[in-house]
Amino acid sequence: MLPTKEAMKESWNGRFPVALYEKLQSSEVAIAGLGGLGSHIAVMLARSSIGKLHLVDFDKVDISNLNRQEYDIRHLGKLKTEALAERLLEINPYLTLCVDTVRVTPENVSSLFARQRIVCEAFDAAEQKAMLINTLLEQCPGTVVVSGNGMAGFGDANAIQTRKAGSRLYLCGDGRTDVQDGTGLMAARVGICAGHQANQVIRLIVQAD
Amino acid sequence: MIVNGQEQTVAAGMMLLDYLKQAGYNPERIAVEKNGSIVPKNDYDKTVLQQEDTLEVVQFVGGG
Repeated sequence: MLPTKEAMKESWNGRFPVALYEKLQSSEVAIAGLGGLGSHIAVMLARSSIGKLHLVDFDKVDISNLNRQEYDIRHLGKLKTEALAERLLEINPYLTLCVDTVRVTPENVSSLFARQRIVCEAFDAAEQKAMLINTLLEQCPGTVVVSGNGMAGFGDANAIQTRKAGSRLYLCGDGRTDVQDGTGLMAARVGICAGHQANQVIRLIVQAD
Repeated sequence: MIVNGQEQTVAAGMMLLDYLKQAGYNPERIAVEKNGSIVPKNDYDKTVLQQEDTLEVVQFVGGG
């Protein structure tokens, strides 16, 4: 049976102040890229009672995604935006979702993200990460960006850190391990990096006026 | 000049793009802040570095 929204809010009570729940409920976060980072960030934020998520990805779920992304075999061949929306609403049926199934380019960054305060960069390719961050910092002055940068392989988990790089950019990751060097991605280390990003998002929301 | 927290000496009048290439950065995989503001990619070859500048060069790696 579907729990009521009131019951879900009540379950929060006693663990954290209700004021915090309400702050998270009234927040919106955009996630660019719904792979190993983005799909896990979305799940963690949905569990954290974020009110609205804006999900952006052009791709479909592939069998090679199952080693680290929040999809299962029922999702194979589906659009990631639709598959993840289905999964998120099973976790939090009162989550509001805005979905854009589109490839992010320098031309559409502003129309997709300019109204957002917090954008998670969760792309796979280094050039796409650089493109999104440069365009957001140049064209969307109201945004703060939380980026995932360096989480390949199974090296030291403690090498993954969050740091502030400039006034509107947070970098999560080891800043070094690169899939283009032939190191693959694994669920654990990608999940750690996604956890850093989701936690930084929550910190930005809590600290906001 | 301070680059990523480290003191560096730059030749007078050096362009940002030349500095980045000399330091081994791929311009397609970086973001650059100069004195706290993002430098648009199209301005890398028009931005003259000064000894008193502070640069933050973020280098992106693949994976996500």
